Amino acid sequence: MTTNAHQAMWEQLNLDIPAHDGLLAVLGKFYGDIYLSQSGRLKGMEYLDFVLSEVHGLRIKELQDAKASGRKIVGTFCVFVPEELTLAADAVHVGLCSGAEAGFAEAEQLVPRNTCALIKSFIGFKLARLCPFTESCDLVIGETTCDGKKKAYEAFAEHVPLEVLEVPQRKTAADRLLWKSEVLRYKQLLEELTGNQITAEKLQAAIQTVNAKRRALQRLNALRQADPAPISGRDALLINQVAFYDDPIRFTASINALCDQIGERVGKKEGVAPAGTPRLLLSGCPMAVPNWKLPYIVESSGAVIVGEESCIGSRNTRDLVSEEAATLDEMIDALVDRYLKIDCACFTPNQERQDNVRAMVKDLQADGVIHYSLLFCQPYEYEAIKIEKTLSQDGTPMLSIATDYSMEDVEQLKTRVEAFVEMIK
Amino acid sequence: MPLVGGLDVGSRSIELVLHDGDRVVDQRKTATTFDPLRQARALLAGVRLDRLVATGYGRGLVENAGLCAAVETITEIKAYGLGAAALCPEARTVLDVGGQDTKAIALAAGGKILKFEMNDRCAAGTGKFLEHLATVFQIPLAEFGAYALEGKEQLTINSMCTVFAETEAVSLMARGRDPHDIALGLHASIVKRTTAMLARVGLASPVLFAGGVANNPCVVRLLAAALGTPLCIPEQPEMVGAHGAAVHGCRTGV
Repeated sequence: MTTNAHQAMWEQLNLDIPAHDGLLAVLGKFYGDIYLSQSGRLKGMEYLDFVLSEVHGLRIKELQDAKASGRKIVGTFCVFVPEELTLAADAVHVGLCSGAEAGFAEAEQLVPRNTCALIKSFIGFKLARLCPFTESCDLVIGETTCDGKKKAYEAFAEHVPLEVLEVPQRKTAADRLLWKSEVLRYKQLLEELTGNQITAEKLQAAIQTVNAKRRALQRLNALRQADPAPISGRDALLINQVAFYDDPIRFTASINALCDQIGERVGKKEGVAPAGTPRLLLSGCPMAVPNWKLPYIVESSGAVIVGEESCIGSRNTRDLVSEEAATLDEMIDALVDRYLKIDCACFTPNQERQDNVRAMVKDLQADGVIHYSLLFCQPYEYEAIKIEKTLSQDGTPMLSIATDYSMEDVEQLKTRVEAFVEMIK
Repeated sequence: MPLVGGLDVGSRSIELVLHDGDRVVDQRKTATTFDPLRQARALLAGVRLDRLVATGYGRGLVENAGLCAAVETITEIKAYGLGAAALCPEARTVLDVGGQDTKAIALAAGGKILKFEMNDRCAAGTGKFLEHLATVFQIPLAEFGAYALEGKEQLTINSMCTVFAETEAVSLMARGRDPHDIALGLHASIVKRTTAMLARVGLASPVLFAGGVANNPCVVRLLAAALGTPLCIPEQPEMVGAHGAAVHGCRTGV
C-alpha cells in the first residue's frame, strides 16, 4: 500500500494520518501473507492486486476528481441500495469500510459491546477517521436489514449525511409497495443531491452497466464449477469485494479478461489445487475487506473454496434487472422486483435462501458447506441452524462457524476447519 | 515390525502412545509447560520411531521440529475418533473433556466422524475450570472429585465462566454453605454444559468418555446419571488422542 504519495489528499480528508499509516501497513502485510504468497495465481489478478494496493490511494483520488467535476459520491453498506439509480443520477456508488477491527473502542461509545463486528467497524472507521471513502461521501445510505444496523444508523447520522431506506421483512404485495416507495424516494434523494434528473435513457444505460458487472461475476462463478478449481476462493472473494469499490465499467472489463484466462485454464484442466481437493462453499454473512481470516484458514487446511453464498458473493450477483422495460416506470418496477429477490436472512420466511444454497452446492459440486456468521448477527445465526437441517437432507455436511474480526480464535478455528476437511475427504 | 508414535500435544499435558501395528507397546505422559517441544523431545528420548503422528493443540509445533523422519499431523477430532474406535469399537459418541477444550463427536462404525462440536474461545467447563476451582478450595486436583462426591445437596452454580463461577462459589461459602455441596454444584455445572454439547451431535449410545476429566469420579457419576446411559471409560482416558494418532500412523503405513 502506498503510504506517502497521497498524504496531502488524506490530510485534506481529515484522516488520522499516523493511525491510517498504521492501518495500511498492517493491511499490506496481511495482504502479502494471504494473497501474494499464493502459487499459481492468474495473471489477471495483478489488476486486483493493484486496485487493492491503491484502494485508499488512486481510487480516492478518482473520487476527489469526480467531486471536483461536480459529481456526488454515495456510500453504502448493503446490496439493497440500487446502484443503477446512483449511476443514472451520474453519482459514484461505493461500498464503505467495514471489515477490520478499527476504532472499536470509539464505536463502543455509540453502540453496545455485543454488536456485530461489521457495525462496530463502520462506526469505528468513521470515528477514528480511518476511511477515506466515508470522508469523501456526499451522502451515505443506510438500510433496515437488521436491528443492529437500524439502531446504529441513528447514532451514525450524527456523524455523516445519512438517509435510511426501509427494507421490508417479508415479500408480500404490501411489502413490495413499501419497497417501491423507498426506491422512488431514493431516486428523488439522488435527483435532489445531484441536480440531475434520472431519465429513462440514463436509467436504462445504468441498468446495462450494472447488469454487465453482475454478468461478469456470474461468469466467474460458473467457471468455478470446474475441478480442479481454476481460482482460489480468496481471489474470488477479493474480486467480489473490489466490485464494491471500483469503477464498474473498468472492473467489468478486467473481470471479463480474467475470465478469459480462467476459461483457458479450465480447458487445460489446470487449477490452483489438484483435482479431487475437497471443495467447500462458504455461506452466510458478508466478508468485507480485509476480512480474509476464514477463507485463509480454509484454504490452508487442504480445501478449496468454490463459492461465496453471501452479499459479497452470489447474493449480489445472482439476479439481473430485466432489460425489457421501455418506460421509466417499468424500469423502476424491474428494479423493485430484482432487489426483492435478494435472499437476505433479514426476511421471514426466507425459503429462497435454503433453495439457493442447495442449488449452489449442486452446481459447484461442493463437498461441504462452511456457514459463517458474525458473532451477534442473529438473522444469520438463526439461519445457520435451518441451513444445516436442509443440507443434511441431501447428505451435505456443514460446519457452522461464528466468529468476528479478531485473531484470538484462529487456532481453534483451524482445528475445527481441519477436522471438517478430514471428515469430508 | 515398524514402530509408530502417536503424540498428543495438549494444552496441559502431552501423551505418547507407541504402537507396533499389533498392539500398544508403551504409553507415556508429561506436563506441557511453556516449552512443549522440549517436553515432547524428553518424552521421545531413547525411542527409535519409524513414524510419528502428532495431534492436539501443539501439533503444528511438532510437525517441523525434526522429532522423526516421517511426521504427519491430524486434528484431535480425528484422533479421538480413531482412538475411541480402537478402544471401544461399539462407541457411537465420544466426549472428550481436556485441559482447555471440550469436544463431542458423533461416530460411525470404524471411527469415521459424522459430526462434531467444540467449545470455542473460552475454556469454561474444561479441565482448566476444575483445576482453578480445586485451587480455590485448596484441594489437590486428583482429590477434588471425591471431595465433591461427599456433598449432600447439589447447589446451583449458574455461571459457566471460570471467573464468575468462582465468584458464585465464594459467595455461597460466605453464606455458610457446605463446601462439599458447593463443589458438587461446580461439577454439575460442567456436566450440564457437556450434555448440551452432546445433544447437539445427536448423543447416540454408547458414549466413550475421554480426556483427563474422565478421571474425575464426580463428573463421571453425574454425567452417567444425566445421560441415563453407562459410559465407556478407557483405563487411561487421557491417552485416547495419542492412541488414535498412533492408529492413524499404523494405517497409513511407514
